Amino acid sequence: MLRTAFGTTVLLSMVAMAPPPPGALGCSGCHGPAAPPPVLTGLDPTKIVAELDAFRAGTRPATVMDRIAKGFSHDESVAIASWLAAQQ
Amino acid sequence: MIGRREVVGGAATALAMPFVARAQAAAKVIVVGGGFGGATAARFVRRADPHLDVVLIEASPDFIACPFSNAVITGFRDIAAQRFDYRAIATSGVRVLIAEATAIDPAARRVTLGDDSVVPYDRLILSPGIDIVWGGLPGYDEAAAERMPHAWKAGPQTLLLRRQLEAMADGGVVVISAPANPYRCPPGPYERASLIAAWLKANRPRSKLLLLDAKDVFSKQKLFQAAWAQLYPGLLEWVSLSDGGKVTRVDPATNTFETDFGSHKADVGNVIPPQRAGRIAALAGVADRTGWCPIDPVTFESKLQPNIHVVGDAAIAGAMPKSAFAANAQAKVCAEAVVQLLAGGTPGEPRLINTCYSLVAPGYGISVAGVYRPVNGQLTDIPGAGGVSPLNAPAEQRAQEAEYADAWFKTITGETFG
Repeated sequence: MLRTAFGTTVLLSMVAMAPPPPGALGCSGCHGPAAPPPVLTGLDPTKIVAELDAFRAGTRPATVMDRIAKGFSHDESVAIASWLAAQQ
Repeated sequence: MIGRREVVGGAATALAMPFVARAQAAAKVIVVGGGFGGATAARFVRRADPHLDVVLIEASPDFIACPFSNAVITGFRDIAAQRFDYRAIATSGVRVLIAEATAIDPAARRVTLGDDSVVPYDRLILSPGIDIVWGGLPGYDEAAAERMPHAWKAGPQTLLLRRQLEAMADGGVVVISAPANPYRCPPGPYERASLIAAWLKANRPRSKLLLLDAKDVFSKQKLFQAAWAQLYPGLLEWVSLSDGGKVTRVDPATNTFETDFGSHKADVGNVIPPQRAGRIAALAGVADRTGWCPIDPVTFESKLQPNIHVVGDAAIAGAMPKSAFAANAQAKVCAEAVVQLLAGGTPGEPRLINTCYSLVAPGYGISVAGVYRPVNGQLTDIPGAGGVSPLNAPAEQRAQEAEYADAWFKTITGETFG
């Protein structure tokens, strides 16, 4: 039990220390407490990735996210979404 | 500049302890300039590594934000909505010093303050914004700016232009001159012309607005021009470089703009003058002969001086425009890089985003966005990404973008100062 708890602690602190994936810090320039852009931190990462894929494909109505999503690949979106989900 | 004050937990008090008395164990990061770039950088360095000693040095206890200040000129917005301070930053673990940085010694890694005290650093982040190049446009000096305001640094200049506009009789002529690139906020002159035209249309309908430009092309041009044709026909006239729009001299005594093709007398004259990086950049030796600061696009470290990083309007950031959004985005990337460099790491390739909203009228917003990565040492647009709002969008989308612009301002000022 002790080993597990210790291991978990180390793992979490390593996640916290890992630098954010490229582009991840940019989201909070628009996505914050002020609506309409939704808060992203803590969201289900699969939902974020699906939205970004739809923005990129042009299948989801958008004002600006269609233009921004095209600057990231699917894999890059997965990395960003996973990092966002881990943020408080 | 007399002395310095430290903002502590919501109150400004005299600085009790000299810096040399502090523990030397933690690496020290100094940030000079408390705008969107500097305030963000200080916060994100501290957030990424709470063990670091982070000091934010800013000359003014208040920050007056430029984005949306064009709406203050026309009375669509109160200047109080533009005002922020450093109390929340001071409570987040960043030491905030209200003092002017007067000199930087890159070899000794020291910043000198207005009271001649000296602050050492391991890494320095400069976010000095812009300075007006006085005399860069013949006739335009500091005294001239009291007659023909630039209003390109928000604050008293913004309110001066507003008062002049309110005092103008119907049938008057407003003249705005826009500079050649590069300058702070590329779409700013066109948003300003738009909002002033909106105000004139409602309040001084027989008046005219002349926008004299030192360029033939500008940001969001087709969107602005389509909106002008729709909303302000016969009221707003843009004169391009090719059509003789370049202003070669101004005369504040007569409120006159001279071009190679003639002169234009204004009832209200707004000169958006040539600019360069804030003065401390040149004093630190990080500005080149253009007046701006070349940087490494991965770390934002100066190409001219080691251990000094430059973010925001002062930096030569390739395809990224000089915007508050870009300054905030660069500051976050720079902060991560500084923390990694201090820990002996190697920062990875960043990806940056910019989004700039402009109002063409109240409730009518347009935007430009970009996504950038380093290519051959320059921040470069990622092909296929970014671009401007659609030219043929319905009114609902323009209203939606105006709403997003408002939300953006609240969110970014919250992240930076809140």
